[in-house]
Amino acid sequence: MITLTHLDRLEAESIAIMREAVAEAERPVMLYSIGKDSSVMLHLAAKAFYPAPLPFPLLHVDTTWKFQEMYTFRDTITAQFGAELIVHQNPECLELGINPFSHGSAVHTDMWKTQGLKQALDRHGFDIAFGGARRDEEKSRAKERIFSVRSAQHQWDAKQQRPELWHLYNVRKNPGQSIRVFPLSNWTELDVWQYIRLQQIPVVSLYLAAERPVVERDGMVLMVDDDRMPLKPGERPVMRKVRFRTLGCYPLTGAIESNADTLTEVIQEMLLTRTSERQGRAIDHDQSGSMERKKQEGYF
Amino acid sequence: MPAPSGLISTDIDAYLRSYEQRDLLRFITCGSVDDGKSTLIGRLLYESHLIFDDQLEALERDSKTVGTQGADLDFALLVDGLAAEREQGITIDVAYRFFSTDRRKFIVADTPGHEQYTRNMVTGASTADVAVILADARKGILTQTRRHTFLVSLLGIRTVVLAVNKLDLVGYEESIAQHIADEYRQFASSVGINQVTVIPISALQGVNVTETGRETPWYDGPPLLEYLETVQVGGRGPIGPFRMPVQWVNRPDSEFRGFAGQIVGGSVAQGDTIRILPSGQTATVERIITADGDLPSAIASQSVTLTLTQEIDVSRGDMLASAHDPAAVADQFEADIIWMGEQPMLPGRPYLVKLGTRTVGATIAQPKYKINVNTLEHVAARTLELNEIGVCNVNFDRVVPYDSYTANRETGGFIVIDRLTNTTVGAGLIHFALRRADNVHRQLVEVDKARRTTLAAHQPCVIWFTGLSGSGKSTIANLTEQQLHGLRCRTYLLDGDNVRLGLNKDLGFTDADRVENIRRVAEVARLMVDAGLIVLVAFISPFAAERAMARALVGPDEFIEVHIDAPLAIAEGRDPKGLYKKARRGLLTNFTGIDSPYEPPEQPDFRIDTTITPAGVAAESLVAFLASRGITIAK
Repeated sequence: MITLTHLDRLEAESIAIMREAVAEAERPVMLYSIGKDSSVMLHLAAKAFYPAPLPFPLLHVDTTWKFQEMYTFRDTITAQFGAELIVHQNPECLELGINPFSHGSAVHTDMWKTQGLKQALDRHGFDIAFGGARRDEEKSRAKERIFSVRSAQHQWDAKQQRPELWHLYNVRKNPGQSIRVFPLSNWTELDVWQYIRLQQIPVVSLYLAAERPVVERDGMVLMVDDDRMPLKPGERPVMRKVRFRTLGCYPLTGAIESNADTLTEVIQEMLLTRTSERQGRAIDHDQSGSMERKKQEGYF
Repeated sequence: MPAPSGLISTDIDAYLRSYEQRDLLRFITCGSVDDGKSTLIGRLLYESHLIFDDQLEALERDSKTVGTQGADLDFALLVDGLAAEREQGITIDVAYRFFSTDRRKFIVADTPGHEQYTRNMVTGASTADVAVILADARKGILTQTRRHTFLVSLLGIRTVVLAVNKLDLVGYEESIAQHIADEYRQFASSVGINQVTVIPISALQGVNVTETGRETPWYDGPPLLEYLETVQVGGRGPIGPFRMPVQWVNRPDSEFRGFAGQIVGGSVAQGDTIRILPSGQTATVERIITADGDLPSAIASQSVTLTLTQEIDVSRGDMLASAHDPAAVADQFEADIIWMGEQPMLPGRPYLVKLGTRTVGATIAQPKYKINVNTLEHVAARTLELNEIGVCNVNFDRVVPYDSYTANRETGGFIVIDRLTNTTVGAGLIHFALRRADNVHRQLVEVDKARRTTLAAHQPCVIWFTGLSGSGKSTIANLTEQQLHGLRCRTYLLDGDNVRLGLNKDLGFTDADRVENIRRVAEVARLMVDAGLIVLVAFISPFAAERAMARALVGPDEFIEVHIDAPLAIAEGRDPKGLYKKARRGLLTNFTGIDSPYEPPEQPDFRIDTTITPAGVAAESLVAFLASRGITIAK
């Protein structure tokens, strides 16, 4: 007698979502952000289409400000999967030298990520893009559909979402529209970590605690990942044992003090922790409802 | 036994081993606007220690500025996500919440109680195993409580909890809870729900939510959370016969051909005989493939890839089913239709439906009746508006494999998609297939279309003129008919105005009536083509969907769509019947081009630009085109 655990059910659902999208897509792509959710999504995609190779390329919308280790990890993993990797860097940002230090987190994120993503989707004509977002991340995500239609301008209209019944996904779209598909919608942060542990999925080691050079700034512990980070008067990097709960641009991603240097300890720490994972991200801090606005503008 | 949370710090490995074996329960919460639903969910998240410190700080901050509980925490703010609804103080869309205990992981579909959002409740209920329905102890069973119960029952949920909330406001009085429970059980059994558990709670005070409250010594059942942790629900696992709609054919090379899909009923094992539907061929399962290795057998909910021992043509949209107990195959059904589109359902309009992994064309007949969801009365109806539910006959344009919805909701439920906007406008729950078409046999006649055609000097066809009022359809059609008559062709002209004076005089100009107007005239045209005539149809026929339907009624070479193209300004300038002037003054409503849309053909067979082509020239060139198509013999 086979019994299915909650992770078995989540895995089967995600695989079905990916197959359904690929079966009806003209030009699908997977948004690959190098984080743990992307790692799980890539792992699930390999399962969904086994023994065939991945039927779509990976797209990394780069900001040039990710942790160095993330770039190394990205190139190793995509080679391992034999996946086609498209890296897009917003040329306007390159030219203007947009960075979080001189332009602030809001402009930096909008220009590199939101605008960069739209450019990349338009340039390659992708009609269906997989993203690793989960409904438990943030309140406005809780109401997003698994198959989420975007206008030709990539906008999300919360009021015009298609009802999603049973497991019948409506993958039809009008000319110009595209669909963002979220196979991990029903996973929680804990599910993701448990699955990584059980399936031994490789993740960037920044998630595990290690001695790293950090400075404390505006209540956040920031890692000095390269010499582009301007130090303020009196700031001096010190080695502390830290890890990251989410990964983004290093100047915008707060570390937490931790001794958890194995996956099991990370999960243990999470089960005992009292703060949510997005706390370390500058983007959500401006005010409640800021994610909803960003999504309407085309953020993933 | 589940591991106690205490193990997290002492023996994390043992804890995780046990924790990873939890199962998953999906439930829906429904209640009227002020029944305290968001408060209950916020409380469940809070009590399961799922609210983190930073979220709690935000909650404390928000409770002070927009909260409704004075100095206390307003748990509803935890779940009311979108900025728009936080301002209005109501939940306007279905949201999914997640929490887990040591025993189970839960996915909660949080659906609004507001009257106009039946659509969202139906969506949330479609994937739920259990429903938690809230009632306010001060108000008892309301119309909305009945409606929610009916919808939950309609969508096939058979395990229901009635949470009698706000007991703190009635002094935790047993007789009040008892009275509500009795009344509710009686109603629930009338809609087919017999497994009802009643739990008296106060979400605000946390009584009987996660722990049994001292306030209700007369209640000896479990608190709500414990109930949800332990309730056994039917309809999960390998129940019923094997069903797997094929999602994707996996063909990495010429050697391998696998059929990928998620099993939605029963189980399958290597060596099983299965039937491929709708073709009806049988085959044997060779392997059950996953990336983690082949399986000897697999059950409902698993996503797998099957290979078969025989080489049989199987494509996306086909269903693999138990050979001993296969799904039935049909193209006409009686179904509950739940309408979710802003525009009303139009009987006879061609829609798309998606059932399993198959998308086909379909038309929905005028409802037999609609259901008043508040009183459950059957009401006569010509159409269904947003959030209305009716029982209708549905015609698919080809046969599909199906089960009744009560037998399997994954193979008995379909969605309805608008062909033009591609949005999901409805959902259908199959009752049974209609044998109607099987019993009405077409009478065979000896003299058929082919024999009639041999008497004529031309091939029969429909020439369909479409265009705005005043574009010149009738004029050009008339001239064309005269020329064809001169060529000794047998013709008949169906003119929009003339037909509306007779056959269609019961129809008005609403979208629904326009669709029926075209359906009737298309059927008449089909009969005339069968009689061997060249039929000229001059109707505005504004919608692409109905023109496509008219085309589908006759043979592929028997329909010639002619777009009489005049820009609105020019047609309005001509205004031969003075109708545009009336419409502009508001004396005529639903006038095409003014307050009713016209969808020009994207690829007509023949287009006449009336701004540069005089009517006589247009008719001549059309007659020449008919000759080139082999309809008539050239002069």
